[in-house]
Amino acid sequence: MGQQQNIAEAGIAGPKVRSDCYVKLELTEKGGIRIDLDSKVKSLYGSSIERLCRNVFEFFGIDNVKLTLKDSGALPFTISARLEAAVRQISDTGKEFIPDMTDENKYPSVRDRFRFSRLYLPGNNPKMMLNAGVHNPDGIILDLEDSVAPAKKMEARLLVRNALRQVNFYGSERMVRINQLPDGLEDLKYIIPHNVHVVLIPKCENVSQIKQVEKEIGNLINKHEIRQEVFLMPIIETALGVEKAFEIASASETIVALAIGLEDLTADLGVIRTNEATETLYARTRLVNACKAAGIQAIDSVFSDVGDMEGLRQNVIISKSLGFEGMGCIHPRQISIIHECFAPSKEEIEKAQIIMDAFYTAREKGLGVIAIGSKMIDLPVVKRAEKTVNLAVKLGLMPGTLKD
Amino acid sequence: MPKTKLTKNAAGRSVPLEINGRPVIPYKGVGKHNVAGVKYGPKIYTCKDFPSDGNKCVATLKEALKNAGLKDGMTVSTHHHFRNGDMLANQLFDIAKEMGVKDLRWFPSASFPCHEHLIQYLEDGTIHHIEGSMNGALGRFASQGKMKGTGVLRSHGGRYQAVQDGEVEIDIAVIGAACADPFGNANGLYGDSATGLLGFALADSQYADKVIIVTDNMVSFPCVPWQIQGNYVDYTVEVDKLGDPEKIISGTTRITKSPDRLLLAEMTAKFCDETGIIHNGFSFQSGAGGTSLAVGEYFKKIMQEKGIKARFARGGSNKYLVSMLEEGLVDYILDGQTFDLEGVRSMAENPGHVCTSPFTSYNYHGKGNFAGMVDVAILGATEVDVNFNANVVTHSDGYLLHGIGGWQNCLFSKTVILPIPLFRDRIPVVVDEVTTLCGPGELIDVIVTERGIAINPLRTDLLEKLEGSDLPVKTITELKDEAEKICGKPEKAHFDDQIIAVVKWVDGTVLDVVRRVKE
Repeated sequence: MGQQQNIAEAGIAGPKVRSDCYVKLELTEKGGIRIDLDSKVKSLYGSSIERLCRNVFEFFGIDNVKLTLKDSGALPFTISARLEAAVRQISDTGKEFIPDMTDENKYPSVRDRFRFSRLYLPGNNPKMMLNAGVHNPDGIILDLEDSVAPAKKMEARLLVRNALRQVNFYGSERMVRINQLPDGLEDLKYIIPHNVHVVLIPKCENVSQIKQVEKEIGNLINKHEIRQEVFLMPIIETALGVEKAFEIASASETIVALAIGLEDLTADLGVIRTNEATETLYARTRLVNACKAAGIQAIDSVFSDVGDMEGLRQNVIISKSLGFEGMGCIHPRQISIIHECFAPSKEEIEKAQIIMDAFYTAREKGLGVIAIGSKMIDLPVVKRAEKTVNLAVKLGLMPGTLKD
Repeated sequence: MPKTKLTKNAAGRSVPLEINGRPVIPYKGVGKHNVAGVKYGPKIYTCKDFPSDGNKCVATLKEALKNAGLKDGMTVSTHHHFRNGDMLANQLFDIAKEMGVKDLRWFPSASFPCHEHLIQYLEDGTIHHIEGSMNGALGRFASQGKMKGTGVLRSHGGRYQAVQDGEVEIDIAVIGAACADPFGNANGLYGDSATGLLGFALADSQYADKVIIVTDNMVSFPCVPWQIQGNYVDYTVEVDKLGDPEKIISGTTRITKSPDRLLLAEMTAKFCDETGIIHNGFSFQSGAGGTSLAVGEYFKKIMQEKGIKARFARGGSNKYLVSMLEEGLVDYILDGQTFDLEGVRSMAENPGHVCTSPFTSYNYHGKGNFAGMVDVAILGATEVDVNFNANVVTHSDGYLLHGIGGWQNCLFSKTVILPIPLFRDRIPVVVDEVTTLCGPGELIDVIVTERGIAINPLRTDLLEKLEGSDLPVKTITELKDEAEKICGKPEKAHFDDQIIAVVKWVDGTVLDVVRRVKE
């Protein structure tokens, strides 16, 4: 570290800011800890906010400081992240002020769960994180990459770390999109110890990127004695990435899906992105094929016009027909439409039920052949029908008693 | 300020026995207060003392106020149909100040942020106190204990009741009307300041000693329909402009885009569908807030899918409700306050779009009112506690923020649902005990939050209907615990002894008080 500064700022304040705060620290020679708190919730939480700040200073061994805190209703995990971000600018600390992991956040994920919807949340915006889980996306993505300004990367890491420990995402799969390498490798240190289920690797175009991430995660898993497996979801966003899709998809056992990012891909291709997306048809079908060949899920890009629900619906229907099994969301209202369209249709469910009934009947009677009327049913067909029925039950589209 | 004697009312709240020098009755419980006696009787006047040609026009509002005998200590009333675009109340007190009149009691049907202008008159003693909602800057001013007298907060129905029963004697009512004739007949339907109906001014026209109609659209006699009848009116005044049309249209009458609020609306509609509240011939109250509007849109979708029609919708009308009327999804809109120009248009041309007043819809001291006939009312709240009591006037930090509006009156509908977030920017909404009691929990049936739905244990019927539903039903205590887990347990807001306002119940009794915030 070079010359140390004495003044540091982090966070944000202003009339439109909600659930966030701004902190300014000035190291002083003496005078102890002085806190100037301006908070809209001062009468309700003033003393607990002050206590938290003092704990942070004590933890980092700061005895003399003037803190200006402008609070717009930030929760403790945000306040301490902002404070830590400022402290790191004025001290050489290697320590992290890590809030408790709530019990609700300790759930695991599994490799082949549904990933219809995954909601992007800007990594430096606490407000959007708070209620993300109640909209019931299959996954949430705390984004450290494109949605975070370069100067705010460190702030965002700390906020995302704290959010992973304190914000209840209500069972959604917990994902983080890291930055492009090598910065992304540094990101991993702040997220892997905090029950991340899936790491999204942006602009992926070769196997070596996967290997680097895998290695760093492996180191962190050993260091922190993590028992939970961490999955990977590379994002293909370049023409080269598309060409290497299968290699990437099969580069690691921990890869559960490939996602495609059409905004960057169309830029790379030099074409204009349209809602119909015919310009990327080849890339998308190629990606789907690579995923199926590697036995993983193919996840489609986001639909960026959040006001156009009908456009989104058409987009998802096409996406499903191409073989995609999920899509990114940039607004919570997109989730229900995505779920509805990726879910099996009424006709599909009815057909699957008839097949499963025939299968159970055949099994009970000890028959080697499954038949509906005079039509023979192959085992792969049964398997697909079973998948459909399971899916329908999970989505609440049919009553929930599954036979095994 | 002299120490007032306090007593515990039936809700367990300490309330005074006297407000602004007059005795008051503590709240006794829902439906427990019996009344006797006669209504307030205004003075008798004769037509021989009024112009025989029917022309009651005077040149200026100042002249009208002088003629009406404006003097120290009087009660003057205004109305809020111009909402945040109102220019009349500010003009009225500018004139009072010019005339050197002191200690007026302002009795608005509601106040808006545009009335911040009046703080100077509260400070210099032109206005003694406000009996009506105090929002924004006025609320803060009052909460800091700076108002000379004690504020009195009433519901729309309670305001009618207070006037009718003689609790509030209005000396001069100043009624702004989008359209009027020189005799004083008036309506809110036509002209640049059109706002629909004038129901909030009905009581004032009937009971005030002097009534002044102010319009920016004077037409020849007769001005029809005469929502306000000229036979009650003393003076008419023509002015250039009554209000700012852009601000007259309520800012809240757009469907919310907030995903969190849309989720609340969707859950509320789903609840109403699953419990059978949405059925052929049902009725609903829809508010003007973004969430309520969205609930209406979800209702509409369900009704269209299932071929269900409502008999009537109650509430502030707006373009969304009008579209339901015009598409035949509701037979009638019983309109208490018209929120946009589509509402005004519909009211003028559609016989199914009916004007109401606090007398027909809300007045508790009448031979019935139709608030109780409504199947479901969807309302807001700033706080709800574990006993389902709710607050609409203050936030947890203790500051006066909102008026009661028709909220208390609507609590008498068959099912009352409050879709509210569990917390707002760290301020918990579901709490141990409400800061200010505005609605007794026994009248509040369902709390819908983004993290779960709580049903009042008194409503076993609703609980039964939801058995097996995938709606996230929780207890109210579970919701409160969840809010505290996320936000932390709040400290109690700090108040001192000074009572800055009282909250009246619909029968005129005192339900609770608001105290000065210690800063």
